[in-house]
Amino acid sequence: MTTTPFRRRCAVLLAALCGSVAASAHAAGEVNVYTTREPGLIQPLLDAFTKARGIKVNTVFVKDGLAERVAAEGRRSPADVLMAVDFGNLIDLVDKGVVQPTKSTALEAAIPANLRDADGRWFSLSMRARVLYASKDRTNLTSFTYEDLAKPEWKGKICIRSAQHPYNTAMIAAYIAHHGEAEAETWLRAVKANLARKPGGGDREVARDILGQICDIGIANSYYVGRMRSGDGGPEQKTWGDAINVVLPTYAGHGTNVNVSGAGVAAHAPNRDNAVALLEYLVSEEAQAIYAKGNYEYPIRKGAAIDPIIASFGALKQDDIDLGAIAKHRKAASLLAEKVGFDN
Amino acid sequence: MSRDGRGAWIASLAIAALVLAPVVALVVEALRGDASLWPHLLANVLPPTVFDTLAMLGGVGVLVIVLGTGSAWLVTAWEFPGRRVLDWALLLPLAVPTYIVAYAYVDLLHPLGPVQGGLRAMLGIANPRDLWFPEVRSLPSAIVLLGFVLYPYVYLSVRAMFLLQSASLLDAARSLGHGGTSVFLRVALPLARPAIAVGTALALMEALNDIGASEFLGVRTLTISIYSTWVNRADLAGAAQIALAMLVVVVALLLVERHGRRRQRYAVAAQRSRRMAPRRLGGVARWIALGLGSVPVVVGFVAPTAYLVFETVKRVRFAGLPPALLEAGLTTLWLATLATLVTVLAGIVIAWCVRQRPGVASRAVERIAGLGYAIPGTVLAIGLLGPVGALDEWLGDTLEATFGIVVGLVVLGSGAALVLAYSVRFLAVSVGGIESGLARVPPSLDQAARTLGRTPSQTLWQVDLPLIRPALAAAALLVFVDCMKELPATLLLRPLNVETLATRLYGEAARGTYEEGAIAALVIVLAGLLPVILLARVGRARAVD
Repeated sequence: MTTTPFRRRCAVLLAALCGSVAASAHAAGEVNVYTTREPGLIQPLLDAFTKARGIKVNTVFVKDGLAERVAAEGRRSPADVLMAVDFGNLIDLVDKGVVQPTKSTALEAAIPANLRDADGRWFSLSMRARVLYASKDRTNLTSFTYEDLAKPEWKGKICIRSAQHPYNTAMIAAYIAHHGEAEAETWLRAVKANLARKPGGGDREVARDILGQICDIGIANSYYVGRMRSGDGGPEQKTWGDAINVVLPTYAGHGTNVNVSGAGVAAHAPNRDNAVALLEYLVSEEAQAIYAKGNYEYPIRKGAAIDPIIASFGALKQDDIDLGAIAKHRKAASLLAEKVGFDN
Repeated sequence: MSRDGRGAWIASLAIAALVLAPVVALVVEALRGDASLWPHLLANVLPPTVFDTLAMLGGVGVLVIVLGTGSAWLVTAWEFPGRRVLDWALLLPLAVPTYIVAYAYVDLLHPLGPVQGGLRAMLGIANPRDLWFPEVRSLPSAIVLLGFVLYPYVYLSVRAMFLLQSASLLDAARSLGHGGTSVFLRVALPLARPAIAVGTALALMEALNDIGASEFLGVRTLTISIYSTWVNRADLAGAAQIALAMLVVVVALLLVERHGRRRQRYAVAAQRSRRMAPRRLGGVARWIALGLGSVPVVVGFVAPTAYLVFETVKRVRFAGLPPALLEAGLTTLWLATLATLVTVLAGIVIAWCVRQRPGVASRAVERIAGLGYAIPGTVLAIGLLGPVGALDEWLGDTLEATFGIVVGLVVLGSGAALVLAYSVRFLAVSVGGIESGLARVPPSLDQAARTLGRTPSQTLWQVDLPLIRPALAAAALLVFVDCMKELPATLLLRPLNVETLATRLYGEAARGTYEEGAIAALVIVLAGLLPVILLARVGRARAVD
């Protein structure tokens, strides 16, 4: 083995790598999106935006650590739009100082005031409800409260994913906001005692496990039902979706727990105008229809149509509690879940 | 010290500094927080998670030692039908990432899956509730699943050791009246202890740092606690504190193990001696041997892969091939190749320094080089973000000030950060492999080369490296497969529009569409096959040459 060819090969590889830096971050007609949402879910929307506005969208899916990543990149960060799921994560972006205020009448007109930041640092784009999946064969429920999950009649009959998943943490956080921490602990312990299996898997497993007779009811997100029942996920999943009834549960005397997907303009956005254009497009009637039809989400825009599968659950009455209160209790909810050993 | 000796020494210090950078960043982060998290951890989190973690490590440890050592002895000591195939097939589970094996088995063993469905059909049971079946999402099944995909780390190192053991020792034992089992337990096994320790340490660190499989199977390990502390409570300082506490324990355990065999010397490899010849098995024994040897391959590879093939066919029929899979595949290969080159080169530098200047300092550098493997990938990636971001800032400022060139993020924006992360993470694998290779080259050869006028670096390139080519290749292939499977650091550090197979698969799994993920999973497994098969050939060549 001689040194030169090997070293030269390394040098060539490294040069090629550096060449690919091609700092296209500032190029006109582009917008860079960092997202914690799964790319498959938002790609149709981004494609539609490119088609409508002629602006190319570059994406990277960063599941966790979006704020840390953008903060570390500093002022040279190519990020223009930061997208996240869950309200707490959006507020986290504000806390870490990686989003900037945006003033847009289009955004303000389309999004209800309680679903966006007063200073325009984040905007909700779509909503999902935390709903009850209930076996068609073995249950006959027309209404349900989150409080009911603790009732002894459900002993050994409930399936749910990890309490540390943001959706469940938000649901527990809202429970704390309604009832206080002590009552929430009693409730969560009782729910834990009712579980048919260890918390785990994803939301769709709840429907599958109901069909597999592991459990009778479970809590999961509304939009999975759309994907399962429509047949988009294949014939097998259709049988899971058809095995369940969906009930929109409420906190007793209040409404249904929802979680949002949203976005804000990055603090050092090199293509700021395009970023705002993208956000405005995402709340347009055209894009909101894609959220509803393609993703089976509840559109954020007032008056936008809901997919028939989702509409069949009945009218969504959103929990009236302040979203900020839910975010505030998120940490307490996560600690509480550990305290009662929910996932153990 | 010679000039090039000093160069290599400086280079290895620089490598050690790079590995230390994320650890130091974590220490800084941990100190930024206070200790307020610990009362909660001690009261509520640590008792169950420490138990789960220890039980899992203990279980996986026993399983990988039994499977890895047992199968290695089987294929080296005995001759039976199918032995030649098993010899390389036993490595195949290495190509299956732990998270994929978890997804596959949850599906296979679900009440609606083929196994329970088949059992019910056989027993004439209509209602799934009437069939008792062990829960797949549980600690015991996590142990079994991780054990069956991680044992090849032990198999690989132990098999190499068995192949190198001189037959004379075993013959001596046999002439002293020891039978097959006794020879194995009293001679072969004690001699293989370093190899078992090395392989088991790698397997256990993989198990400890696993998030995907544990999370999916509902096992509460310490790594999962770190994760929820960080992600759900935005408490990075607390997460760093748990991660560092865990790192201290891991390092302490590794030191204890080394200390335990500090007085033992394993010089068998230095002399060239007759290889142990496999003994022919007859009668029923040979079929039992074939059956036993096939179990790990079937559980760890054939079953999950067959499931993936089945799901892929179903999906492709339903929705066609997903686009961009080829691109993700090429990106994966490209990144893994680059990272492997860097990692092996860095491994050579460090292993050579340890050889040239044995002593406290070089031992310390070697230990530091192994740290990356002892930290969960997500935590390592978070630790790297700060230093890499600072490097990008400095590079950007310097290039702008000196040359007036406006650049973006040179390291994070180019994917170089990924290559760095992979190298830091898997350096332990390459250093370990290369060092054990170099250990078999008698120092007298180096001395002869020096006497003949070669400089130390010429000795390295012209004498040492050619002699350990199989060890080099084995280290490179192992690193390559690890890079291909790597998920958490890739997820956090890759630039815009860059997807690897693992991140694509994760994207699908994250939104619950495993049916599409199955295709990416199958491609990961298939792409890992070739290096794994090469690895098996190399292992054999090394022993024979």
